[in-house]
Amino acid sequence: MAGELSGILEHVDRIAELDLDDVEPTSHVVELENVLREDEPHRSLDRDVALAQAPDPAGGAFRVPSPQAEG
Amino acid sequence: MAEMLDLTVVQAHEAIAAGELSAVEYAEAWTRAASDDELNAYLWRPMDGDSGAIAIEQPRTAPVAVKDIFCTEGVPTTAGSRILEGYRPPYTATAVRKLIEAGAPILGKLNMDEFAMGSSNENSAFGPVLNPWDRGRVPGGSSGGSAAAVAGGLAPWAIGTDTGGSIRQPASLCGIVGLKPTYGAISRYGMIAFASSLDQCGPLTRDVADAALLLSILQGADPCDSTSVGLPEAPHPPDREDLKGLRFAVPADLARDAIESGVREVFEATLATIERLGGEIAEVPLPHAEHGISAYYVIAPAEASSNLARYDGVRYGMRAETSGDVIEMYEATRAAGFGPEVKRRIMLGTYALSSGYYDAYYGQAQKVRTKIAGDFAAAFGDFDFVVTPTSPSVAFGLGEKTSDPLAMYLNDFFTVPMSLAGIPAISIPAGFAEPGGGGPQLPVGFQIAAPAFGEQKLLDAAHALEQAIGFDARPRCSGATYASIDGKNRTGSGGGGDE
Repeated sequence: MAGELSGILEHVDRIAELDLDDVEPTSHVVELENVLREDEPHRSLDRDVALAQAPDPAGGAFRVPSPQAEG
Repeated sequence: MAEMLDLTVVQAHEAIAAGELSAVEYAEAWTRAASDDELNAYLWRPMDGDSGAIAIEQPRTAPVAVKDIFCTEGVPTTAGSRILEGYRPPYTATAVRKLIEAGAPILGKLNMDEFAMGSSNENSAFGPVLNPWDRGRVPGGSSGGSAAAVAGGLAPWAIGTDTGGSIRQPASLCGIVGLKPTYGAISRYGMIAFASSLDQCGPLTRDVADAALLLSILQGADPCDSTSVGLPEAPHPPDREDLKGLRFAVPADLARDAIESGVREVFEATLATIERLGGEIAEVPLPHAEHGISAYYVIAPAEASSNLARYDGVRYGMRAETSGDVIEMYEATRAAGFGPEVKRRIMLGTYALSSGYYDAYYGQAQKVRTKIAGDFAAAFGDFDFVVTPTSPSVAFGLGEKTSDPLAMYLNDFFTVPMSLAGIPAISIPAGFAEPGGGGPQLPVGFQIAAPAFGEQKLLDAAHALEQAIGFDARPRCSGATYASIDGKNRTGSGGGGDE
């Protein structure tokens, strides 16, 4: 995969040659003001429903292996 | 029975409204057609079980097939990835909810390149989709299942997603209509994210009138997606018959050498048809469009590397069994769950965003994006539309480009600039051409792009052109079936040379 990634980066590197110092970057194409909503509580997923898709739910939470390496 | 499946959706709706066709019988006929999928287009159909939350009582709209990137409550939703195997979303995407509310039965979930990354559908973890015109060839991607289902008579219409061409390119390779709307026209809520500043839902249909109807159902602002704004007004049926007074721009720097000669001939013939209909054609410079692929393959992987961080084996989807700590579990889950193309893009994206490289790659790519959008804005000062071939080639062979990711990426040469600019673009079938390497003729798509939120004008012009072209060919259902390539390509390891 290293060779493939180098080939892709070589192609991508062409844009490095463009003189774009004074150009503003575009992160979003549609003009949007801040999008706000009323600060009112609304229903979200029940905890049990959200946990139902987890590979290892336990005690109302997501269980994962210990962050401390064992042994 | 076959006759009813030959109708476009608009025609079927008219027949139902006139009492000549039963909506229930029509929906049942499509369910039977979908059950006979030899193209590997469907990943799930109601007959496969788990359909409770999306079943509707009385069909009022033609049944629709949905790319498997849309979360659908209680229904398997994989995005073509092993990492989401077994996932049953607890909610439904807004686009799908709108279809259900319009009374459209969901025919099934359609195969796709994993997380919408690909141009051939060979990156699906569940095997490639076959092109209904030639089952030894790809349907395009990433919405390959959507395009093959509509072209192959397995669905009357379908929805897909387009990040850099993923609706338009497969529509082109399968000989149907595909529309990428303006960014923000349709809610992305519940649409599994690939590159959030580019992803957009859109219709894949048999003709332009069906695309207008499907867009009118899907579009609209959604409080659940703060980037959605909807269209100024819902599209009405396109009815334009000529192109008088309309100006079409052909990019002056169109890379003609990179286009297959047959595709180029169809493109030139279509330009002549535009002129016959009264449209004007002139060349316009789009000097930065050639850098679209470079900018896209920085921006899209960068956003993907962030979006795909959520697949960690904790909250949903698969988890690899390990005996070590949580980091080892993350690593094993992502190593087993993601296919090679997804890994490639996560690595590209994290590299492009890493400290010391950010300005040179991501920052520079965003500036190129500004220049490309500026090129289009300048063109639309003088022209109504920009036109190109949709894809530089007709459908290529299964496995033909999987060993060269860059060659695969260049399929998107003509579709990526519009995505970066956020503008709407449609691909309509314009004729047939022989593949570069010889063989039976295959469909060729013609792309028309319009200014942001110019969907109505785009649909009207595309409809007029479509009527004049008169493309009404359908693939013959013969040749190899999916089973015959079983085992050879089904592992989904394609995309561009495995590790």
